[in-house]
Amino acid sequence: MSELLQFLIAGVKNGAIYALVALGFTVVFASTGAINFAQGEFFMLGGVLGVFFLRLGLPLPAAVLAAVLATAIIGGAFEALAIRPLSAGDPLKIIIVTIGGSVALRQFALHIFGPNEMIIAPFSSGPPIRFAGAAVERQTLWIWGLTLVTVACLAIVYQKTMLGKAMQATSLSHDGARLMGIDTKKMVTVAFVLSAALGAVAGLAVTPLTQTAFDVGAGIGVKGFTAAILGGLGNPLATVCGGIVLGLLESLAAGYFDPLYKDAVALVVLLGVLFVRPSGLAGLMRRGRG
Amino acid sequence: MPESRDVLEVRGLYAGYGSVGVLHDVGLKVRMGEMVALLGANGAGKSTLLKAVLGFVETGKGDIIFEGKALGKVRPEAQIRRGVSLVPEGRMLFGPMTVLGNLELGAYSAGRGRQRQKAISAGLERAYALFPVLKERAHQVAQTLSGGEQQMLAIARALMCSPRLLVLDEPSLGLAPRVVAEIFSALETLRGEGMTMLIAEQDASLALKHADRGYVMRNGKVILEDAADALLANEHVSAIYLGSLAGEGEGG
Ligand SMILES: Nc1ncnc2c1ncn2[C@@H]1O[C@H](COP(=O)(O)OP(=O)(O)OP(=O)(O)O)[C@@H](O)[C@H]1O
Ligand SMILES: [Mg+2]
Repeated sequence: MSELLQFLIAGVKNGAIYALVALGFTVVFASTGAINFAQGEFFMLGGVLGVFFLRLGLPLPAAVLAAVLATAIIGGAFEALAIRPLSAGDPLKIIIVTIGGSVALRQFALHIFGPNEMIIAPFSSGPPIRFAGAAVERQTLWIWGLTLVTVACLAIVYQKTMLGKAMQATSLSHDGARLMGIDTKKMVTVAFVLSAALGAVAGLAVTPLTQTAFDVGAGIGVKGFTAAILGGLGNPLATVCGGIVLGLLESLAAGYFDPLYKDAVALVVLLGVLFVRPSGLAGLMRRGRG
Repeated sequence: MPESRDVLEVRGLYAGYGSVGVLHDVGLKVRMGEMVALLGANGAGKSTLLKAVLGFVETGKGDIIFEGKALGKVRPEAQIRRGVSLVPEGRMLFGPMTVLGNLELGAYSAGRGRQRQKAISAGLERAYALFPVLKERAHQVAQTLSGGEQQMLAIARALMCSPRLLVLDEPSLGLAPRVVAEIFSALETLRGEGMTMLIAEQDASLALKHADRGYVMRNGKVILEDAADALLANEHVSAIYLGSLAGEGEGG
């Protein structure tokens, strides 16, 4: 019983991280119809820049904030320099550019921050919290808290602000949005800024548990992408569920079968989704453009 | 002086899609307070002309002049700020959003914060007065409205930013006669308030019944321009719509 609970806790912990990364995929997909394969690098930048700002001597909250902001700015700059110049958003071109962008961001991090693993101390110190025979590390609570706050902020932006409504409008009908006077190019930039921030929060929250390095982006990118696909690449709530479900599946597979299976789960899920939906990704993409 | 009363003037305009030229040397004027009908068979170029005015298609030679000022390269998101609003072909509603959500977005360009809130409440009042059914359906999702209600929403949304020129692309398309009558009566109300309108219509007799003047297009050119009742009486016009010439417009 306590063993199962321990697996569930680990699953929801990883799932929350996947959910944040998956939301990043969904936000960009909604406004461009494209998969941003550099999403994992935003996760990497969050952790690595967090370490960088801490080493500069900033206190933890300031370092976290600075790392999220810096990553968001890098995300916006990446869009402005690499995506915007593409003539009127062909999703396939965007996808190819983001693959190139991910390589460039990884090399950038390697040159500036070096090849070594880096770590951040847990956000609050102390022994794990015991609960019904299972142990919850304090950083796990931070991960859940940050995920909840981030998802709530995102929901408020989308539902309540004119900026969020304009972003929704852009994803529903580009031309319709332009008729309303919405600068759809700006909305694409905003989407990259938001998705970079989402990735950075995830990367920061998990670094005390897993360490980070310049090359962690690709792996988490696959997980986040799988979670996003599982959630249908649309509804944010479904995306979060996709993340949690993937985390749980991984944790249970690793716990009850073999830890080596953990990373295979995402691939199996990805293939499974493609089997269940014969239209596959292409169908999703057509729908996304509405 | 009459020059300054022109809200829109298109002069010698060429436009098309990629390398395919569609409009050739097109000219047209819409004066303040006028309702102008743009007529022509399928493929004559009506939608292309309206899209050119809004900035959705590439233009070549020629000028688009709004309120006396020649516009260079036109962009849709800039046109609404200038005061030109389009009810497009296909309506382009935000389907999964509510009627209210669609209307609020109509006022997106009306400023920020307080200013926009003011524009929204004023716009909603006007929209609901014009189409009371939209008030009943305010919290219904747009894509679940009937075709007629969707067209009303598209018109109401285009009015939210208080445009000085309302451009409509075939507002009667696919709608039952009773609904078409309701929509045109709303357009008459707008005209009573002094709204300037440019309306593309395939149903020439319907459009000319309401309009002040009309232009007839064929193969991407304006071939006729006259007062509405003169066009109604014109044999050539009825020939285009009812007779042997009808097919020729589609050849290009
Ligand atoms: N997106 C496009 N790409 C290429 N050609 C186009 C495109 N849209 C329209 N055309 C062509 O431009 C010409 C004019 O089309 P347009 O839609 O302006 O006609 P219309 O007068 O609005 O017709 P309808 O009454 O059927 O709406 C047609 O020959 C059409 O095939
Ligand atoms: Mg048309």
